[in-house]
Amino acid sequence: MAEKIYLYPVWIRLWHMLNAFLFLILLGTGLCMQYSNPGTTIIPFDVSVSLHNITGILLSILFVIFIFGNLFTGNGKYYKIVWKGLIKRATKQFIFYTVGVFKKQDPPFPISKKRKFNPMQLFSYVVVMYVFIPLLIITGLALFFPDYIPTQVFTKSGIHITDLIHIIIGFALSMFMLIHIYFCTMGKTPLSNFKSMINGWH
Amino acid sequence: MSIFLYAQEITEENVEYSRENSKCFLCHGNHMYSFYNEILEHNVTKRMNPYFVIDSVLFYNQNHKSFECIDCHSYDYRSFPHDNELQMEPMPACLDCHEGDDATADYNFEKIDQEFLESVHSTKHSQEFTCWMCHNPHSYKINARNNVNIKETIVYDNNICLSCHADVDKYQLITNMSNPNIIEKHEWLPNQLLHFSSVRCIECHTQISDKVLVAHLVQTKDKAVKLCVECHSTNSRLMAKLYKFQATETRSNYGFFNASILNNTYIIGANRNLYLNVTSFSILGFIVLGIIIHLILRIRMK
Repeated sequence: MAEKIYLYPVWIRLWHMLNAFLFLILLGTGLCMQYSNPGTTIIPFDVSVSLHNITGILLSILFVIFIFGNLFTGNGKYYKIVWKGLIKRATKQFIFYTVGVFKKQDPPFPISKKRKFNPMQLFSYVVVMYVFIPLLIITGLALFFPDYIPTQVFTKSGIHITDLIHIIIGFALSMFMLIHIYFCTMGKTPLSNFKSMINGWH
Repeated sequence: MSIFLYAQEITEENVEYSRENSKCFLCHGNHMYSFYNEILEHNVTKRMNPYFVIDSVLFYNQNHKSFECIDCHSYDYRSFPHDNELQMEPMPACLDCHEGDDATADYNFEKIDQEFLESVHSTKHSQEFTCWMCHNPHSYKINARNNVNIKETIVYDNNICLSCHADVDKYQLITNMSNPNIIEKHEWLPNQLLHFSSVRCIECHTQISDKVLVAHLVQTKDKAVKLCVECHSTNSRLMAKLYKFQATETRSNYGFFNASILNNTYIIGANRNLYLNVTSFSILGFIVLGIIIHLILRIRMK
């Protein structure tokens, strides 16, 4: 039996759970606003707007906590991408996910104290946390204060462009969440990764 | 003099204007007027009642710009000093000229009058509330029908409402009630400023009308639209109101619903995009399908 590693400190686990919870609320309320119609909306439009605003602000605060946590606890080292050979490593991981996993092969980049993420995870998490989430927060804040958005951007409504960016990124993150949850079932047992995020031990 | 020149300029644009009006504007176009006082035997300059000052620029740009003042006012106003009793003269209403008028049949004045008579402006107030309360006869210009700039139409039309609802003096001409504070009454409305600058008061406060281009049936406050989805949906009521004149197509070439709104602003829920919907649902479908296939293979290879 492999040695257990304490990989997820309390703050990471709390942040992750809260982040997931808030994101689910944001996703639900966002969908209710985007597809609002009389009689068919699950959450009323005005309730969706209020909930979306509150959870959006809370998620933004969590993001700031995540950034500071990564800066000052050493968790940030797991998010450093070594660009040299990245494609080769990511391809190796991709082949494992699409072929190797069915042949009972061992993962090419097993989790260790030094390496929390495999190359595909590392790249996607960095894009999500350092590109998509900040863009989502910036566009979300702009939509929270729409009076400050330029009326016209390239002859189009500034609010429209801002909202398009916001919902496209929101959609991309929702797809990421779906894949992320599924990949979490690919641990030693289908539930082992979920348990790790509760007790901190991998 | 300036009024005379202005009248001349407009005449050059082949629009018939009454030169007789320039005599009225000599006094009513200014804040001061002068006349020879035969008792004092010298010229006297007095201040014009500000409510009787007519902006000649606005007058010559409005719907009835070709009118002579005495088309509506008594012929006796041609003499000065005016007879005090002239102030008691009844003012003509819109239907006095427009009822059964083929030239303005498109406007359906009869239906407008019917809607007005059913509105709170008529039922809750005395006969003092006439068309002129909202449509200043000396400056009113049709906007929504002719102006392609929706934002200008919104400002123009909302200013008509605010001319009473943000002016205690004018409001109290017809009622003893206190004028409700517009900002406080709309505190429930998120992004109030954005809403006020993006839609007209009548979008929420009038009943949708199929027979007139601008709805006139102003309803009681309890019947005002408070349900967000009335506008924030593909079947947005704004398409039957503010964008009625531009709503020739429901979806643009780029797949946006209620595309005419997008020329001016963007409304969450009303401006969703068909192609983005199809693309996102397809991506979701492929991902779910991929996960299911992967999962089945994992189970089978176990």
